[in-house]
Amino acid sequence: MQTILSILLENEPGSLSRIIGLFSQRAFNIESLTVAATEDKSLSRITIATNGDHEKIEQIIKQVNKLVDVLRISELSGKAHIERELMFVKLNAQTSDAREEIVRTTDIFRGQIVDCTNQLYTVQLSGKKEKLNAFIRSVKRQSDIIEIVRSGCVAIARGATALKP
Amino acid sequence: MTQLKLSGAAMVVQALNDLGVKHVFGYPGGSVLDIYDALFQQSEVQHVLVRHEQAATHMADAYSRSTDQIGVVLVTSGPGATNCITGIATAYMDSIPMVILSGQVATHLIGDDAFQETDMLGCSRPIVKHSYSCRAAEEIPTIIAKAFHLAKSGRPGPVVVDLPKDNLNPNATFDYFMPSEIKLRSYNPTIKGHPKQIKKAATALMAAKRPVIYAGGGVISANACDLLVAFAEKLNAPVTNTLMGLGSIPGTHPQFVGMLGMHGTYEANKSMGNADVIIALGARFDDRVTNNTDKFCTGAEIIHVDIDPSTISKNIRADIPVVGSIDIVLKQLLDFWQQEQLSQDSEANSLWWAQISEWRNRNCLKYDNSTGTIKPQQVIEALYRVTDGQAYITSDVGQHQMFTALYYPFSRPKQWINSGGLGTMGFGLPAAMGVKMAHPESEVVCISGDGSIQMNIQELSTCMQYDLPIKIVLLNNGNLGMVKQWQDMIYDGRHSHSYMQSLPDFVKLVEAYGHVGVNISDPSKLEQELTQAFELKDKLVFINVIVEEHEHVYPMQKRLGAIDDMWLGKGVDQ
Ligand SMILES: Cc1ncc(C[n+]2csc(CCOP(=O)(O)OP(=O)(O)O)c2C)c(N)n1
Repeated sequence: MQTILSILLENEPGSLSRIIGLFSQRAFNIESLTVAATEDKSLSRITIATNGDHEKIEQIIKQVNKLVDVLRISELSGKAHIERELMFVKLNAQTSDAREEIVRTTDIFRGQIVDCTNQLYTVQLSGKKEKLNAFIRSVKRQSDIIEIVRSGCVAIARGATALKP
Repeated sequence: MTQLKLSGAAMVVQALNDLGVKHVFGYPGGSVLDIYDALFQQSEVQHVLVRHEQAATHMADAYSRSTDQIGVVLVTSGPGATNCITGIATAYMDSIPMVILSGQVATHLIGDDAFQETDMLGCSRPIVKHSYSCRAAEEIPTIIAKAFHLAKSGRPGPVVVDLPKDNLNPNATFDYFMPSEIKLRSYNPTIKGHPKQIKKAATALMAAKRPVIYAGGGVISANACDLLVAFAEKLNAPVTNTLMGLGSIPGTHPQFVGMLGMHGTYEANKSMGNADVIIALGARFDDRVTNNTDKFCTGAEIIHVDIDPSTISKNIRADIPVVGSIDIVLKQLLDFWQQEQLSQDSEANSLWWAQISEWRNRNCLKYDNSTGTIKPQQVIEALYRVTDGQAYITSDVGQHQMFTALYYPFSRPKQWINSGGLGTMGFGLPAAMGVKMAHPESEVVCISGDGSIQMNIQELSTCMQYDLPIKIVLLNNGNLGMVKQWQDMIYDGRHSHSYMQSLPDFVKLVEAYGHVGVNISDPSKLEQELTQAFELKDKLVFINVIVEEHEHVYPMQKRLGAIDDMWLGKGVDQ
C-alpha cells in the first residue's frame, strides 16, 4: 500500500542526503520524494511516497525520526489529507483528429496546454497519481508521448492539523 | 573579562580542554597540522600518537567503553579519515560515544578532487549518529560541544566533525565562545517510561510464572547495573546477558544464567525458550541472539525497554514496548511494585528455579582437558584465577572471544570490552591500550587470536612510546579458528583459507618492539607460567599460548532452529 510521509527537518547541508541514505541503507522504498524550504528558511519540508506493510512503515517512521536533523514526521495517508502531483506531458499529434483529441481530453481532465508548436503539445496537469495515469492512458491512443515529467506527490493534512516545529 | 580571541585551530584544542578532554588519539597530516601546532603549545590535552588511524578509533572507543568519558580521535583528511571508517562502524554498532575530528581540504577546494580530499561526511554517514562540517572558525566550539552532547546522550554513538583547513588558519583569530548548555530543537530523546506502559510491564512481570530478564549493553551505557541487580532480586528471575551486557550483573550472582544466543549457555537459551514473560533491557534481539526469528520464544510475552524507539519491534515484535532510559525505567518499575504491593506466585517461582537448576546440571561448559594439549577454555579459567577475576579484559573476534565471554565471569560493568555488533578483528590490542590510558593503575589484558592480533600489531610500537604495560594473551591455534569451526560444521571440513601457515615468531616480534614475549605450551605449567608473566607489572608481556587447534566453541545454536536448539559438543545434540 502506498504511504505518504511528511517530514519537517533542519535545512542544513547534508540533511537531505541523510534521509535518502537512510532509505537505501535500510532497503526502504522511495516512490517519490519532494523537498523545498519552508517559509522559515531554516526548515525544509519533505513529502515521501513509500510502501510496505504496517511493520515496515512503523520502522521507516522510527528510523527517520531518529535522524538528529528531523523535527517531525507524520503519516498523512492514514489521516484526512489532500495530495497532488504535477505533470507535464509532451505529445506528438500527427493528425488534426489527434490534436482535437488532446484538447478535449486536457479539458476533461482540467489540464492546460502550456506550450504548442505545429504538432507538439505540452500539457500541464495536476491531481492524484491515478488521475495522471488515466490521462496518459487516454491520450496515448491517438498521440505519441515524447516525454513525461512528474513532480512526485506533495500532501497536506486537512483541517487544523499541521506539521509545526 | 576580556574576550578570548583564538584561531580555529586553537579553538579546537581550547574546546576539547573546556569539555574536560584529557586524551586525544590521532595521527597528523597536512590538513590538521595547524591543530597539531596548537596541541604542541599547551599541555592540558595529551595527544597519543598511534601507528594506524584505525587503532586510534579503537583506543578512543575503548576509552569510552571503560569510563564515563568520551574518546576523541583526531585525523587528517583523505586516507587519515578513511582509515577511521572501521573503527567508527565498530563504535556505531555497539552504541559507543566517540567524537572524530577529521581534517578536510580548504573550503574553496572542496569538490575539486583536491589532494587528500575525501567526502568524509558522505563516507561516514551510515555509521555515525550525526556529523558536522565546520563552515566558519567561530562555529568550531559550538559544533564540538554539540558533537559531545549527541555522542553521549540518548542512544550513544560516534559523531564526526569535519574541519576544512581554511577555518583552522592560525593567523586569523575570532571571538571564542563556548555555549554552557546545548539545546537542539530536533533532538529530544525520551528518558522516562510512559506510566501506562510501566504499569503494564510491572503487572505482567509480577504475574509471570517463568520470567526472564534479558539484559544488554544498554544497561551498562545507562549506568543502570546496580538497579538491574536490585530489580532482578526483587523479581527473583534469572538474568541472561548479551555479549555486550556481560558484567551488568556479576558473573557469579546466583541468578545469572550466563550469556544467551549463538554461543550462549544451555540454561540461558533454555530459560529464554521456555519463558512466559521476557523483559529485554537495552538489548536489540540481534540475529546472533534470536536464531530463527519465526521460532523465537513463541510462548513468551515480550517487554522491550530501550531508549531508541527504532530498536523496539524491529526484529521481534514487542507486546509491551517501553521507551526510556534503562535506569529511569527500572526505578519506575521498582517504584510501581512498591506502591501497588503486587505479589508473586511463589510456588511457580520455585518450580521455575527447579527447572533452571536441572538445565544448569547439564554443565554445558564442561570440556575435555585430558588431551595433553592446552585447551583454550583452560587458559581463560587460569587467567581468571591469576587476575582474581578483576582485570579489564579486551578481546578480538573469533573463538577466543567466545571462550572469554563464557569462561571469565565478569564482576563489574565496563570490565569486558569487545566488538560485539561489528565483530572487528584488530580491535583487541588498541582497545586494551585505550583502557590502560584511562586506568593506568589497573590490570588490562587483551585476549586475542593469531589472526586478529596481526590486524593491528603495529601498535606494539605505540605501547612502547607511551609505556603501556598491558598483557596480551594469545590463544594461538595456528588457524582462523572460528572460520575453521564453521568450515568443520557446515562445509564438511573444507578449510578454505582458514589456516595461517606462516605465523611470525611472536616472541621475537614483540622483543623487536622492546617488550617481553613468553611462549607457553605445556598444560601442566600453564598457570605457573601465566602467573610469572603477570608478575612483570611494569612490562608489556605478550603471552603466546599454543592451544589445541581442533577445539570448537560450544554450546552452539543449530542453524535456523529456535533459540534453544543447540549443539553441546562435537556431535553432541542437546
Ligand atoms: C576484520 C575482520 N575480518 C574478517 C572477519 C571474519 N572472522 C571472524 S572470526 C575470524 C577468525 C579469527 O581468527 P583468530 O583471530 O585467529 O581467532 P580464533 O577464532 O582462532 O580464536 C574471522 C576471519 C572479522 N570478524 N573481522
